[in-house]
Amino acid sequence: MAKLPLRERKVPKRDGDIIGYVHSTESFGAVDGPGIRFVAFMQGCNMRCQFCHNPDTWKKNVGTEMTTSELLEKALPFRHFWGDKGGITLSGGEILLQMEFATELFTRCKKLGINTCLDTCGQPFTRRQPWFDKFKKLLDVTDILLVDIKHINSDEHRKLTGYRNENILDLCQYLSDIGKPVWIRHVLIPERTDFDNYLTELGAYIKTLKNVQKVEVLPYHTMGVHKYHEMGIDYKLDGIEPPTSERVANAEKLLHIEDYKGYLN
Amino acid sequence: MKQMERETSQKAWDDFKGGEWQSEIDIRDFIQQNYRQYNGDESFLKGPTEDTTALNDELTEIKLKERAAGGVLDADTKVVSTITSHKPGYLDKDREKIVGLQTDKPMKKSLMPFGGIRMAADALKSYGFEIDPEITHIFTDITKSHNQGVFDAYTPEIRRARHYKIVTGLPDAYGRGRLVGDFPRVALYGIDRLVEAKLKDLDNYGGNEMTDDVIQMREEISEQIRALNQMKELAASYGFDISKPATTATEAIQWLYFGYLAAIKQQNGAAMSIGRIDAFLDIYLERDLERGILNEIEAQELIDQFTMKLRMVSFIRTPEYNSLFSGNPIWATLSLAGMGLDGEHHVTKTAYRFLNTLSNMGAAPEPNITLLWSKKLPETFKRYAASVSVESSTIQYENDDLMVKQWGTDYYAIACCVSAQPVADGIQYFGARANLAKTVLYAINGGKDEVGAAQVGPAYAPITSEYIDYDEFMQKLDVMMDWLADVYVNALNTIHYMHDKYYYESAQLALKDTRLARTFATGISGLSVAADSISAIKYGHVKAIRDENGIAVDFKADHDFPKYGNNDDRVDKIAVWLVKSLFTKMNKHHLYRGSKLSTSVLTITSNVVYGKNTGSTPDGRKKGEPFAPGANPAYGAEQNGALASLLSVAKIPYKYATDGISNTFAVTPSTLGHDLNLQEDTMVNMIDGYMANSGHHLNINVFKRDTLLDAQKHPEKYPTLTIRVSGYCVYFADLTKEQQDDVISRTFHETM
Repeated sequence: MAKLPLRERKVPKRDGDIIGYVHSTESFGAVDGPGIRFVAFMQGCNMRCQFCHNPDTWKKNVGTEMTTSELLEKALPFRHFWGDKGGITLSGGEILLQMEFATELFTRCKKLGINTCLDTCGQPFTRRQPWFDKFKKLLDVTDILLVDIKHINSDEHRKLTGYRNENILDLCQYLSDIGKPVWIRHVLIPERTDFDNYLTELGAYIKTLKNVQKVEVLPYHTMGVHKYHEMGIDYKLDGIEPPTSERVANAEKLLHIEDYKGYLN
Repeated sequence: MKQMERETSQKAWDDFKGGEWQSEIDIRDFIQQNYRQYNGDESFLKGPTEDTTALNDELTEIKLKERAAGGVLDADTKVVSTITSHKPGYLDKDREKIVGLQTDKPMKKSLMPFGGIRMAADALKSYGFEIDPEITHIFTDITKSHNQGVFDAYTPEIRRARHYKIVTGLPDAYGRGRLVGDFPRVALYGIDRLVEAKLKDLDNYGGNEMTDDVIQMREEISEQIRALNQMKELAASYGFDISKPATTATEAIQWLYFGYLAAIKQQNGAAMSIGRIDAFLDIYLERDLERGILNEIEAQELIDQFTMKLRMVSFIRTPEYNSLFSGNPIWATLSLAGMGLDGEHHVTKTAYRFLNTLSNMGAAPEPNITLLWSKKLPETFKRYAASVSVESSTIQYENDDLMVKQWGTDYYAIACCVSAQPVADGIQYFGARANLAKTVLYAINGGKDEVGAAQVGPAYAPITSEYIDYDEFMQKLDVMMDWLADVYVNALNTIHYMHDKYYYESAQLALKDTRLARTFATGISGLSVAADSISAIKYGHVKAIRDENGIAVDFKADHDFPKYGNNDDRVDKIAVWLVKSLFTKMNKHHLYRGSKLSTSVLTITSNVVYGKNTGSTPDGRKKGEPFAPGANPAYGAEQNGALASLLSVAKIPYKYATDGISNTFAVTPSTLGHDLNLQEDTMVNMIDGYMANSGHHLNINVFKRDTLLDAQKHPEKYPTLTIRVSGYCVYFADLTKEQQDDVISRTFHETM
C-alpha cells in the first residue's frame, strides 16, 4: 500500500493558545507516573477496548475546552505536593490525538522545571510524516511515558480493542531505541488476557526493551460498568469477574515485574 | 543546696553536658545541650521481650473483657481519687519494668467527683455501679464540685445556649484538661529541687500587695508544693524515692511517669497529654547504652512498657460524654520529632522506639501519637513514619514549622488532640466549641432555635422573604455572631474561674513555671456547613421553606454553588472570614486571668452530635445529618480530588486558629501506590505538600471502605482495628453505630 502523507488536522486555538479537550482532572494521582501527579484526562480515543472503564472519554472534540494556560493554572497550585519526582500527567482518552496541545503544555512545563508524563496506549503511533516529527517534538519535552500493551498477540489485540498492535509494539521499540524511560502496563482480564502463554510471550517481549523502568499488572475491575449502562452501550465483558489475587501474582511473575526497579531511583 | 544533695545530683548528672539547666529549672536547655540526632533508618529496632508480650496479652484480654462488659469491669464507688488515694497496683509485678496504676487494680476506674458529683454518680450508674451515699453527701451538702460552682453562676442566657446546643461540650461538669506538665522535671531534678524552686517563687510572689490575683496565685503555689510532696509519697508507696534526680534511664522513665500518674490520679481532664519526651528520654537511654548497663532490647522494653502504661489510662464517663468523644479517649498525646530553633532536627532513636511500640504491641488508640513534621526532618524518618501510618493508621501529623513560628519555642507539645502548648510555661483553658451552622440558622430565624422554636438567641427580626437576600442575611449573621461571641466567652470565663477554685490542677502545674502564659481556647464546629450555606445564599439563590411557626426548617437552592473543599476561593474565603470574624468578636471581651484568645477548628467525634441537634441548613444538609469533622469539607462536596480538598483546608489561617485546624483524611492503599515503597513516597510528598501550603494538622487513615463495613458487621474479627478520627485514635469497635456509619460514609479518596 502506498504511503500517503497524513492530512494535517487544524489545531484549535483561543487567543493564540492551543486548546485541548479535557474530560476531567484529578489533583491526586499517585499511580499515574512517578510521585504525586496532577492528571488531565483528555477527551477522544480511537480504540474501543472492551474493558475500558472510561467510555465517556471516547468521543473526540467534546468535553471542557481548556487552553494550555488554563490547564497549567489549574495544576500549579498543587506543585508543593509533587516533590522531586511528581508532576503533570496527560492521560486519556488517547493523548496522542491531541499532540500539539500536549507539546505546547509540556514545553511550558519544562520551562518551569515540572516533570512530564504521557499515559498512552500508542494506537495513533506511526513513523509517517508529518506525524512522526511532531511526535519527536513531543518526546523532547516528555520525561516518561506510561505505555499500555493491551495484548501481545495482534489478532487478540484487534478483538479486544478494534486495532492490531504492530504499530504499538513499534512505538515501544522506538522508545527503547532512543532510551526514553517507560512504564509498561498491562490489564489482566480473565478470558481475554489472562493466559499463561500470552503472558509469557509478553514477558519475553518486554525483556527485549532497554528502557523499561517499571512493569505493572493492572487487575481488571468493573467500576466503569455503570457508565456503559448510562450511555446505552453494550458491555462485552458482562459476567467476567476481576482476576483472583493468585492470578495477578502469576501474571506479575510471568511479566518479571521484580526485574524492573528503575522507577525507584 | 546541702553538700550531700549536690553530690547526688552530680552523680545523676554525670556525663551530661552542663549548662543553664543546672542552675535553673530548664528542660529545654538540658535537651538542647545533650540530645543526639539520629539520621539512620529503623534497622536497629528490636522486637518485644517475652515480658512485654505477656503483659500486653494480659492487658488486651482485660480490655476485651471490658468491651464485652459494656465498657467497665470494676470501679471505685467510695475512694475519691487523689495523688495518694490508692495502695500500689500492678498488672503483673514480676514482669513490669515501669510501675504505677491509677487505682489498685489494672483498668479499675477511679472516682473523680471534683469536676462534678452528678457526672461522677451518673457515670457509675450507667455501668451498673452505685456511688457511696456518703460521697454524694460530702460533695453536695458539705462542699461542692466545679459543676455546682459553674451552675451557681451561669446566667439564664448561658443555660439556654447550652441547652439548645449552640455552645456545647463545655467543660462545666468534667476536668478541662489540656495542660501538659513538664514531666521530665521530676526525672532530671527530683522532687526536692522542684519544691525548693516553688518555695522561692512563693517567697517572691506579690510583694506587699495582697490583691485578688496575688492571693489566688499564692494559694495555688502552696497547692503545687503539696502536690509535689504527694508525688514523693506516691512513688514511695511503690518503693521509689523520687526526691532526688533519676540516675538511670529506667529511673528517668519511672520518675517521669510518677509525675504523669499524679496528674491522672488527680484530674480526669478531657485531655491528659504526656507531652514531648522523646529527645529527653533518649539522652538517658543513650547514656546507659554507652555505659553498657543497657542494651537495645532493654531500651525498647522500657519504651514499650512505659507506652503500655499510657495505653492503660482510662476514666469512667457518662454516655452523653461518650457520644461527644467516642471510644473513651483521654488524649495521652505523645509528640515526637520536630525541629529545633537552630534548624537542627530532633529525631532521636527514641522517636523510632516509640513508633516501634505499634509493631511490638499492635495498634492502639493511646497514646495519641503526633508527629511534629517539618520538610527538614530526615527522609529516612519520614518514610518510616509513613510506613507505620500505612500499616496502622495511628499517627497524626502536625506542622512543626508553623507551630515553632507561632509559639516562638521548639519546646512545645501537643496538649490535647491537636493544640500546641509551650511545655515550660504555657497553659490552655479548654473551651469546647460553638456551633456556627446553628448560628447561620439563628440569623435567619431571629434567634429562635430551628428545633423546637424556642427563643434562645436575641429576638432580632427574622428573614421573612421567600428567597434569602445575601446582604440582608450577612447583616443578620454579623449581629448573631456578636451575640454568640458574648454568650460563649461568658460561659468560658465562668467555667475557668470555677475550675481554678474547685478543681485546680496542682499536679500538672507544679511541673510548670509559676509565671504562666495562658491561652483562652475556643472552638468552632460546623465550619464547612456554615461556609457552604453562605455560599449557597450568595451564589445559589436559596429559598427558605418555613413551618407553621414561621421557622425556616428547610432550604432549596435554585442553582449550583461553589463548595468548600475544591480550592475555590469564592467559598474558601468565606470559611476564612468566618474564623477571623468570630475570633475578632470574641477578642473584644475580657478573658479570664489575662489569657490570650485562641480558637480551633476541630470537633473530635462531636460532629455527629452537633449535626443531630441542628436543623436543615441552606447548603442542602438535612436536619440531623452529621457535620463534617473538624475543618473537613462536607461529605460529597469535593469534586476536584483529595489535594484540592487539602488546599482548601490549608487556607484557614493558623494564626487565628492556634489550637488547631483538624483535617481527617481517609485513603485506600491502592490509591497511594501499588507497593509499599510508592505508598511511603506518596504519603511523604502529600504531607510535605500540605505543610508547605501551611496546612496545620492531618490525620491519615489508610484502609478500604470494605474493611470498615466488614468490621461493623463482624467486630470480633477486628478487635483492635484502630482508626483516626478528628484529632485522635479510636478502636473502631468502640464507636457508636452512628459514628461508625459516619466514618464509613465519609469521603474516601480512591482512584479507579
